Amino acid sequence: MQRFVGLVALIIFGAPAAWAQKVPVTSYTLENGMEVVVIEDNRAPIVTHMLWYRVGAADEPAGKSGIAHFLEHLLFKGTEAVPDGTFSEVIEANGGNDNAFTSQDYTAYFQQVAVDRLPLMMEMEADRMRGLILDDAAMLTERDVVLEERALRTDSDPGSLFSEQRNAAQFLNHPYGTPVIGWLDEVNALTLQDALDFYNLYYAPNNAVLVVAGDVEPEAVYALAQQYYGPLAPSEGIQKRLRPQEPPQRAARRITYRDARVATPYVIRSYLAANRQSGSQTEAAALSLLADVLGGGGITSLLGQRLQIEEDIALSSGAFYSGLSYDPDTFGMYVVPKPDVALEDAEARLDATLEFLIENGVDARRLARSKATLLADEIYAMDSQQGLARRYGAALTSGLTVEDVAAWPDILQAVTEDDILQAARDVLDIRRSVTGYLMGEKETSQ
Amino acid sequence: MIRIFATATVLLLAALPLRAATEIQEVTSPGGITAWLVQEPSIPMVALQFSFRGGASQDNPEKLGAINLMVGLLEEGAGPLSATRFAERSDELGARLRFSTGRDSVNISASMLTGNLDESVELLRLALIEPTFGETAFERVRGQVNSGLRSDATDPQAIAGNAFRAMTFPDHPYGLSTDGTLETIANLTPDDMRAAHRNTLGRNNVYIGVVGDISPETLGELLDTLLGALPDDISDAVADVQPLLETGTTVIDFDTPQSVVVFSQPGLKRDDPDYLAAYVLNHIVGGRSSTARLTVEVREKRGLTYGISSFLLPYQHAALYMGGFSSGNETVSEAVSLVQTEWAKLAAEGVTAAELETAKRYLTGAYPLRFDGNAAIAGILAGLQVAELPITYIAERNALVDAVTLEEINRVAAELYQPEKLRFVIAGQPSE
Repeated sequence: MQRFVGLVALIIFGAPAAWAQKVPVTSYTLENGMEVVVIEDNRAPIVTHMLWYRVGAADEPAGKSGIAHFLEHLLFKGTEAVPDGTFSEVIEANGGNDNAFTSQDYTAYFQQVAVDRLPLMMEMEADRMRGLILDDAAMLTERDVVLEERALRTDSDPGSLFSEQRNAAQFLNHPYGTPVIGWLDEVNALTLQDALDFYNLYYAPNNAVLVVAGDVEPEAVYALAQQYYGPLAPSEGIQKRLRPQEPPQRAARRITYRDARVATPYVIRSYLAANRQSGSQTEAAALSLLADVLGGGGITSLLGQRLQIEEDIALSSGAFYSGLSYDPDTFGMYVVPKPDVALEDAEARLDATLEFLIENGVDARRLARSKATLLADEIYAMDSQQGLARRYGAALTSGLTVEDVAAWPDILQAVTEDDILQAARDVLDIRRSVTGYLMGEKETSQ
Repeated sequence: MIRIFATATVLLLAALPLRAATEIQEVTSPGGITAWLVQEPSIPMVALQFSFRGGASQDNPEKLGAINLMVGLLEEGAGPLSATRFAERSDELGARLRFSTGRDSVNISASMLTGNLDESVELLRLALIEPTFGETAFERVRGQVNSGLRSDATDPQAIAGNAFRAMTFPDHPYGLSTDGTLETIANLTPDDMRAAHRNTLGRNNVYIGVVGDISPETLGELLDTLLGALPDDISDAVADVQPLLETGTTVIDFDTPQSVVVFSQPGLKRDDPDYLAAYVLNHIVGGRSSTARLTVEVREKRGLTYGISSFLLPYQHAALYMGGFSSGNETVSEAVSLVQTEWAKLAAEGVTAAELETAKRYLTGAYPLRFDGNAAIAGILAGLQVAELPITYIAERNALVDAVTLEEINRVAAELYQPEKLRFVIAGQPSE
């Protein structure tokens, strides 16, 4: 009886496209070049207002690593209308929550608030797009905060330090090899002028995407966006983002990082891989499903089933691929071996699993389960207003369009076993890989 | 100009309607199990939250970690399904089942697609009622828990937290690790799992919140199917306890560039009549707000930390007021003394009328923001029941916050803040 349940689930999911239209999304471009995306979610009188800039750490000048993220902190320091670091204070006085985040490809600011406060959010966000006022005292204190943030997130965590080293090894030439928070010595030397130069160049309506999700009407949002953001002058200096690209990788790279704080060693492998391209997302979709059948969903994936259940050598395992980046990024996988298993043996079993996949193909039921999970994810995604807003903001600042985002679930469902195997053969080339061992100081390598 | 606008609109906050507040139904199943339900048909899903009161604190000290391991095994084989088949079935149905163990409760969050509801409920029923606790899955999950415990031994956050609990609750389960220790875990058996299962999950200690596309009648049947076979005699064997807290600083030497600090003094239980005033007070002092006193003093003015906050921690059998932050080894002592100074000021002077007003505006305005999804609301509904609050609480809560007066909050401040009991535990290498 159990063998047939998969079919039942797939029948229930008979119409993959039906739910996709249930997220009502509309978009619009203001005359000054700013894109506006509206996502309707009328379950509660709440709105999420997010302003995304098409600039991130990968756009920083050489030697100024961390400036995109540091500027994100400084944007809360004040303008003429909202002076002395009172931005968040005004949001809080209106019962709202606010924050911001920076990645390699974007910098985003958001507030969640009662829907009748949307005009105020726009007024304040538009105000700090062009009107930031900074002084040295505020800058220096905030730089210390950022250094503490780096100490917390990176220097206190051997896994993060290892990740930083792996990325640096993966990208010889592309700025994705530099950490978003910046190298310690470079962050320490950032100046007020560095922040202002970056701000003046990149913070402009023609480099921004506004995403509003919540209990709103698209027409009303457009009218408000026109009123508050419309008068802002575009920046003349915005160019198409052309970052230094990776040269062909011809030799596998290996790194070992030892740290006394590591209690659970693991091996992790990454390969350079294509990203989602506007109008051409098929390869990325195949890689997404490859990651899922290989290492998504714990013990049901191929790696989980072989290494955790059948061979019983691993505590956990997985594969990862996002595809959502402006430039090509990586496809990766990891194995956390049981304490009595050496990293070399774990790596050998990982490679054997990859060979098995390429030789034997993808089990049809495993692929069907992956697709069913992706469909369910789409329904659950509708339960998160902020999650939906982030999905569109991240895509639009990574070179994709609203149409690409809407098409993505169907493209995923259309992936075939052949697509996955082709993607696996293309990407899983050891010469284009970085293999990393994270170890304590005591473990010996064999 | 913006500031004028901001002030003018504040008055509207109280009028914000909150659908969940007006539409909670108490559903009682034919078998007598109750749940709080908000019907929300706009997404074809149902979110369910089950909180079983008791949790890891009910562990027999010699079997420490049994309840946590047992809960981790519920989805690792049940009824006729192996661990693998269970996970596959969950993927096929698009059901999301999450099991976790807290100090005072075991929590299960489930999201199910309406189209697969019956099959998904059956899967969860197997996990709750017919877990297998097979030898192979037991060894595998025990290995994962062991790995977590070994990692904790070199994690400054865990080191500080564990040391703090051990010294604060020396002879009480609250002083022990919820995951057990390497030694106690090594001695556990699958039979211990069966005993822990029998003594932890019951009809009489479960609190249920449900939000989604489901009728009260369907929910009632679902509850009986799911939980009807659980025992109804689960008891709480843990005694109330006073935390042992005296002023001072304990340093645990750990080689890391940034010290991790935990601080605490006695707090208030959730049913204390002053709890809400203390909650508002803490928002002013250590809430996640740019204007919170600790954030202003330690982060905004001096850049000594990335984040500092404090919070009331009302356990079932004890009450703490806790806080924490990280700061470089060279700066951490200055940050600690700033917290001490602030504590003494609060005990002596309390807070200002302006601070109270600002806190009320934020807390009443932001309350509806918590209700931003079916899963989030289901969690809130179960949490309110665990806290023994009435079904009308969501509707009344902002009025209760608004009713807190300056006199009241400063009386509570004078009683609550006890610099002579404020304990700091630091993992790191602070310089003097």
